[in-house]
Amino acid sequence: MINAYDILETIRMIQDECLDIRTITMGISLLDCIDSDIDKACEKVYNKITTCAKDLVSVGEGIEKELGIPIINKRISVTPIAIVSAACKCSPVKFAIAMDKAAKAVGVNLIGGYSALVQKGFSAGDIELINSIPEALSCTERVCSSVNVGSTKTGINLDACKLMGKIVRECAEQTVDKACFGAAKLVVFCNAVEDNPFMAGAFHGVGEPDCMINVGVSGPGVVRAALAKYPDADITEIANIIKKTSYKITRVGQLVGQLASKRLGVPFGIVDLSLAPTPAVGDSVAHILEEIGLEQCGTHGTTATLALLNDAVKKGGVMACSKIGGLSGAFIPVSEDAGMIDAAKSGVLCIEKLEAMTAVCSVGLDMIVVPGDTPADTISAIIADEAAIGMVNSKTTAVRIIPAIGKEVGEELDWGGLFGCGPVMPLKTASASKFINRGGQIPAPMQSLKN
Amino acid sequence: MRAIITVIGKDTVGILAKVSAKCASHNANVIEVTQSILQDLFCMIMLVDLSKLSTSFATLADDMAELGKEENLSIHTMHEDIFNCMHHI
Repeated sequence: MINAYDILETIRMIQDECLDIRTITMGISLLDCIDSDIDKACEKVYNKITTCAKDLVSVGEGIEKELGIPIINKRISVTPIAIVSAACKCSPVKFAIAMDKAAKAVGVNLIGGYSALVQKGFSAGDIELINSIPEALSCTERVCSSVNVGSTKTGINLDACKLMGKIVRECAEQTVDKACFGAAKLVVFCNAVEDNPFMAGAFHGVGEPDCMINVGVSGPGVVRAALAKYPDADITEIANIIKKTSYKITRVGQLVGQLASKRLGVPFGIVDLSLAPTPAVGDSVAHILEEIGLEQCGTHGTTATLALLNDAVKKGGVMACSKIGGLSGAFIPVSEDAGMIDAAKSGVLCIEKLEAMTAVCSVGLDMIVVPGDTPADTISAIIADEAAIGMVNSKTTAVRIIPAIGKEVGEELDWGGLFGCGPVMPLKTASASKFINRGGQIPAPMQSLKN
Repeated sequence: MRAIITVIGKDTVGILAKVSAKCASHNANVIEVTQSILQDLFCMIMLVDLSKLSTSFATLADDMAELGKEENLSIHTMHEDIFNCMHHI
């Protein structure tokens, strides 16, 4: 029989240290739903999603019960809608409504893929889709949107950065009654990945199979608890402890993915080796960094400890599963992490430090609340800065910031649940308008010339 | 399919009997039992074979959790695979 100590360790991880599977995400291709008649296309989209994902939630709940581990979210990602809607030559909001209806019908809490990939320029359907994002996110509940504005191979589309600054603001303005929540469902990427299971940035890339299952794991509380047992370990040993813990967490992700794939009759895609926090006590990435030895996350030393954490998570996870993908690394969404919220409120964690942190971890400026009077051009400049970090470092970066319309520094936005609450963080007030309004394409860096 | 039932709580008379009786009522065959008492905390780990289960896994797990509540014990019923995958390469 299995060692009693191991059994009790697993149970403690789940019961006391918030170990869970963050998401099972079904990726569904909508390429076979394209039609020049938008109503016909939307009907095909609804039918395809509700057919492929009809058992997703019940299978997820069955696995949850059998293994005794919570699977927090069951979600769907689809082909970027800009591709599907291009032939319709009209506003694609109807697609968002069809996606929302399908998500409700199958019982998933979020559906991603109201997206456009414009890293090198706009093609048919892209501008219409981007311009419709604020309306699509305000008239639906579960639809998430993302736009890729740059990549290491192509450089950065500055026209798209400019446009997205305006769109982010409009998303917040149109959802003021819901604490500007529209902007929390929109991610602006550089080097977006095609198999990401995490929202709001998930979409199903055109190179992916027709339908597949991707899994995102979690478990910052488990890592922190493991480190707490070794208060005097040196930093090399700390890296080893994180690796071992990450291995265990990821193994469960692999098992859940295999079971889901078998029961749904859909190929198993990837495990995203991630530490995804929640606002719950004991589920914070910031608290891991503090356990390593920072008085508070955001102070000097944060970038180094996060780099170590991110690297060790990947090294531990690599051996634990057969295929790795998605964003893979530690996430640092401010409003979704109890330790980050405290650090931002106390002023120790500022946006400049967050930007540095994004250079060494898996995503970008995530779930950050900024003053309501922030000009669109400033948001565009933040997007361009973040895209530059991603482009030069050949990694995914993203911006998901929420302008708190009508609020200023000292106030906060509270969404509750997994999205948490975030204090309004101060930004620089000097303008970047001239730079943003130049438009054009920032050329790809030397790193792109690998052939 | 095999599952592991863990029972943790304050030691009282008849815990093993009650959990075994619950297994029998679902036609779950107990293969192995280890138990220890640390101070006065009772900890029992039971490996059960569910291949001839007369109900569903979910019913068994719910019934065990319910028994746990009644007896003031923490009882978890989990597929053995989660432990195997996590602790073996």
